[in-house]
Amino acid sequence: MNLAEGVQIVSFGILSLMVIGAALGVVLLSNIVHSAFLLGMVFASISGLYILLNAGFVAAAQILVYVGAVNILILFGIMLVNKQQDFVPLPNAWLGKLATAAVCGGLFALLSTMVLGTTWAISTEAAAGDGSVVLIGMHLFSDFLLPFELASVLLLIALVGAIILARREFIPDEQPGDPQPEGLKLPERPRDLVAVGSAPPDGDA
Amino acid sequence: MTLGIDLQGSFVDALTGLGLPAGAAKASWLPLPMTLILIAATVSIFVTVWLERKISAAAQQRIGPEFAGPLGVLQAAADGLKLLVKEDITPAKTDPWLFTLGPAIVVIPVFLSFLVVPFGQNMVITDLGVGIFLWIALSSVTPIGLLMAGYSSNNKYSLLGGLRAAAQSISYEIPLALAVLAVVMMSNSLSTVDIVNQQAGYGILGWNIWRQPIGFLIFWIAALAECERLPFDLPEAEEELVAGYQTEYSGMRFGLFYVGSYVNLVLSALLVAVLYLGGWELPVSIGAIASVIGVSESTPWLQIVAAAAGIFMTLAKAYLLVFIAILLRWTVPRVRIDQLLDLGWKFLLPIALVNLLVTAALKLTFPIAFGG
Repeated sequence: MNLAEGVQIVSFGILSLMVIGAALGVVLLSNIVHSAFLLGMVFASISGLYILLNAGFVAAAQILVYVGAVNILILFGIMLVNKQQDFVPLPNAWLGKLATAAVCGGLFALLSTMVLGTTWAISTEAAAGDGSVVLIGMHLFSDFLLPFELASVLLLIALVGAIILARREFIPDEQPGDPQPEGLKLPERPRDLVAVGSAPPDGDA
Repeated sequence: MTLGIDLQGSFVDALTGLGLPAGAAKASWLPLPMTLILIAATVSIFVTVWLERKISAAAQQRIGPEFAGPLGVLQAAADGLKLLVKEDITPAKTDPWLFTLGPAIVVIPVFLSFLVVPFGQNMVITDLGVGIFLWIALSSVTPIGLLMAGYSSNNKYSLLGGLRAAAQSISYEIPLALAVLAVVMMSNSLSTVDIVNQQAGYGILGWNIWRQPIGFLIFWIAALAECERLPFDLPEAEEELVAGYQTEYSGMRFGLFYVGSYVNLVLSALLVAVLYLGGWELPVSIGAIASVIGVSESTPWLQIVAAAAGIFMTLAKAYLLVFIAILLRWTVPRVRIDQLLDLGWKFLLPIALVNLLVTAALKLTFPIAFGG
């Protein structure tokens, strides 16, 4: 085993540990913001695995799309919705947890048998490496044109949907003192009212 | 096209000549350019901070730093030392892990991006096939660090500043990437070395700035916004947000943000030089100079002079841009957050798209001039 192979095996081990550890953290941590940041680490580690597979472009795209866009969107979502709600312990919560464990275990067993049962045909061709940009472009505009366009239509639908949800056109004329209907309010913490025009605190001229 | 001097090749040859196996010789070369670039990037902070202070002073008819070293060149070192020995405060009820990680995540991608900045044909840490795309991908990681810092500080100014910073960098990444795409389309490659080589041969007339004037302006505006330089320094707008996501930071953690912002400015200037100003190319092409003085282009001493001139040219172009950025800081007033987002989404984005379309059309019509 030469130097390059040793480095590859060690990095593969470290990256796999990072993916698994961070993914477990995403699921098990109670703080949702920590989970979201760990999700970013999962994506970044997967991009490291792509680099090991000699797919530099896919690795960079993984960072750009998943870490730079998807993960930030998730964080934005979490940070802009400041809904403070106490966690109410549910009765018979163990039942739900048991069902989740059963489903997850079943999925894991199914995937493991599939992975172990398939005879993987490992390509003997050299990896495309730096030429992969051209190859990916060729595929996107020939045999993968339809899936590519469908994915873009899906994104467009999501975009239009988000705009329609975000803009609230029908805000009725508000009468002073009229309580706003509950449905039009964004969930927000009640805050102390500050008296407008009251005397400023000392030394604040 | 000459290949220029190949330091790595000579180094590896010398070590294998001494009896080392080829793999070990190559592995012992690897840390050298990385360390060199790391040191150069760190030194560039001192230079940029000094320039910023001196030029700002000149713009305001002051003298600026004077007493720390000749002409105040050691002022940045004094600042750094002050930050190092300052008390490291962690405010109450912060999230200690995220509070520490935030600045690191802001700084690391900036330094990693130096992987693809070329100073000569072989003077680049690695000539990656994805080249400039790696920089775009890495710069999209920075907002995560900003959000982390803003969230963990347990301060509303910080959170708002972090959210603003993330929104700003996401918005301006798109025109930035589209402007880069137009250049990439002309050079048929993402590699930074290929992008410079495509501009070579005609001296100053071959530089991309003449073929991509609109792309150059879009890129420069978007790069300033990505660096949070003054017309766009909303995330830390003092009048509105105290200091944005940096409010609760002190000592070396604040220093990391400081380092990150200056290295990012130098990096952006270097990349503008590479993408639009011909990288390491001289205003008169080296081939023309060689034919005038009547020596072959592959003469060893000429190659060494050309390599040195290349490094000098890259840095000179980058620091000219840094100078412009500092002047802009004192001449252009800060925009409002809604103006900033309007400028990004409603003005730069459509113009960048049109620029891309026009470039594609010109490439089809005049394949000789636009890299067919």
